[in-house]
Amino acid sequence: MKQVQLSHGGGGEETNKLIHDLFYRHFKNDILIKAEDAAVLQTQGKIAFTTDSFTVSPLFFEGGDIGKLAVAGTVNDLSMMGAKPLYLSSAFMIEEGFAFEELERIVESMAKELAKSGAKIVCGDTKVVPRGSVDKLFINTAGIGEVKREGISSQAIKEGDVIIASRDIGRHGATVLMAREGLEVSADLGSDCETLWPAVEALLAENISVSALRDATRGGLAAVLNEWAENSDVCLEIEEAAIKVSDEVQGICEMFGFEATDLANEGTFVAAVAPMHAAFAVSALQRFGFCRDAAVIGRATTQYPGKVVLHSAFGSRRFLDLPKGELLPRIC
Amino acid sequence: MSELKLKDLYDGFRDPATIRMLAAQIGEEAKALHEPLRIMEVCGGHTHTIMKYGLPQLLPGNIDFIHGPGCPVCIMPKERIDHAIALARMEDTILVTLGDMIRVPGSQSSLAVERAAGRDIRPLYTPMDALKIAKENPDKRVVFFAIGFETTTPMTAALLHAAVTQKVDNLYFHINHVLVPPAIDAIMSDGQAKINAFIGPSHVSVITGAKIYAPLPQKYGTPVVVCGFEPVDVMQGILMAVRQQVEGRAELEIEYSRSVTMEGNVKAQQLIDMYLQPRSHFRWRGIGDIPDSALELREEFAYLDAEKVFAEVLPTEPIDDHKLCICGTILKGLAKPMECKVFGTACTPNSPLGSCMVSSEGACNAYYRYAGVLG
Repeated sequence: MKQVQLSHGGGGEETNKLIHDLFYRHFKNDILIKAEDAAVLQTQGKIAFTTDSFTVSPLFFEGGDIGKLAVAGTVNDLSMMGAKPLYLSSAFMIEEGFAFEELERIVESMAKELAKSGAKIVCGDTKVVPRGSVDKLFINTAGIGEVKREGISSQAIKEGDVIIASRDIGRHGATVLMAREGLEVSADLGSDCETLWPAVEALLAENISVSALRDATRGGLAAVLNEWAENSDVCLEIEEAAIKVSDEVQGICEMFGFEATDLANEGTFVAAVAPMHAAFAVSALQRFGFCRDAAVIGRATTQYPGKVVLHSAFGSRRFLDLPKGELLPRIC
Repeated sequence: MSELKLKDLYDGFRDPATIRMLAAQIGEEAKALHEPLRIMEVCGGHTHTIMKYGLPQLLPGNIDFIHGPGCPVCIMPKERIDHAIALARMEDTILVTLGDMIRVPGSQSSLAVERAAGRDIRPLYTPMDALKIAKENPDKRVVFFAIGFETTTPMTAALLHAAVTQKVDNLYFHINHVLVPPAIDAIMSDGQAKINAFIGPSHVSVITGAKIYAPLPQKYGTPVVVCGFEPVDVMQGILMAVRQQVEGRAELEIEYSRSVTMEGNVKAQQLIDMYLQPRSHFRWRGIGDIPDSALELREEFAYLDAEKVFAEVLPTEPIDDHKLCICGTILKGLAKPMECKVFGTACTPNSPLGSCMVSSEGACNAYYRYAGVLG
């Protein structure tokens, strides 16, 4: 099996070959193949700019891989600001000995994911580091998007705004945990990893009054809601029964003592919208397969500013706190 | 028989209509109580359920929960955590343990801090993974820092059995398994805690059988209901305790009859007995020394006992908690987390002073996460 060697990162012939035969082949576009020191870009109006680095073990999991994550993650960060994803950079840090075949699968997956939003990779970097310096492969992506709707912000949520979750929660965290532990709980469990721009574009096209959007990645739904409550100084009152959790994810939570609200997602977002637009927003989202379970889960009030209150179906309530540090399984 | 799904384990036991019905029933029957019912939930898992589901909000004012010493992380004295740290600092050593133990502060450091400093410390999802790690690292010593009550002890016994029968010679055991009944006895015989009913953890009794609680009703005149961890279970258990009190009975009852018998899992008990024996003394964090309240390896397996094999690196001095921390008082059922001066200020889950704030099963942690001003 062909493997990546240190010489592939040396800047000479092998590097050149890797870039042309692999990256250009899959990411080909007019800007990238000019191979200049920097990409020269054309945009209109305000731009949004973001970056993220991706490390995941295992690199391939049910529903995605590190490449899909690296593209969807950055494209989604732009989308959550109401920005149409346009241009991405992509930097690979590859451990010496990494299989070419796997690298190609990852690059193919990135190209496929880019097509969903129409964004292009216009510049990049490749480093190969000695064995043990990184865990197989790290990818950094940065992205630029054209702001289509201004004012979407975690500080813009107002009393009365309705909170919508785009689908069931916790799938990515549960899937990666299961893959890491080599446990097979159910064939139906897969990551939610997905490019969200089409769904966001639909919300904007329907002229829905959106106060805030946020993809619930690390820290899960609990982290997003707490950040929003704090940044907008509102109380978010959430109906626990309205939060959808698949049986597989709930089962894993039961086994290890986790909360589904703390688990990571990679294709699930939360929207705060004006109350009169809530039903339109939900039906606009439900047109997309990955948002067919979109639902209103709560609303913003003034009761406990800065806090998230979870209402149980049987009449009690409690605060939903931020997840704490690394997720460790319970003892018994 | 159809295949058992994970969903079956909890589905139905969180049913809103059932919980509301039980709450109404408890409210009605509790009117006949002559004095407030002060229920100790011995186990941190119950504390977690009670706080997570906001059950006190559904109950009448004359029912009060008192949190017991049943969290294996909370009761671990600092010197034992220092043992784990000392073992992890040995050359060519991998220290493995369960869950929250990684975060608990010892006298100077914690396993999380040591791991960041480069020690090889790994949290396990199941103790049996320790065997795999030992086999994969034949040139290293793997030390399993074993913790937990009667529930997790069989897994340690199974790991011991596998290590002995498969002749894995680089896996050592630091045993910190503790026992529920001596701890309850210590709290009740102290006489300060005003407890007049118990709900006992069902998972302990799945192993030991409900029989371990049999002496309590007679000795202290308190009802004991062995209870599951779902909200319906806890509410049903409370109703059973209320009924006993109203009817003037003090008996051992099993709410969690779907898995608990009086005898328990005899095979698991035999396996534990083969490898482990009662330890004459164990110092509980905040409570102090309780005789016969923990287990240790039998003499014939001393060659696997990290406390003996690596005795020269282990500190021996007992170390008390931070002066401002009242974890001990909370564990004895004499105070609630919010009565602690440093609760939520100097002591939070991110920087805990005391062990009750560290573990997700600890009373302070459960109060901090779920109660706040909603209390």
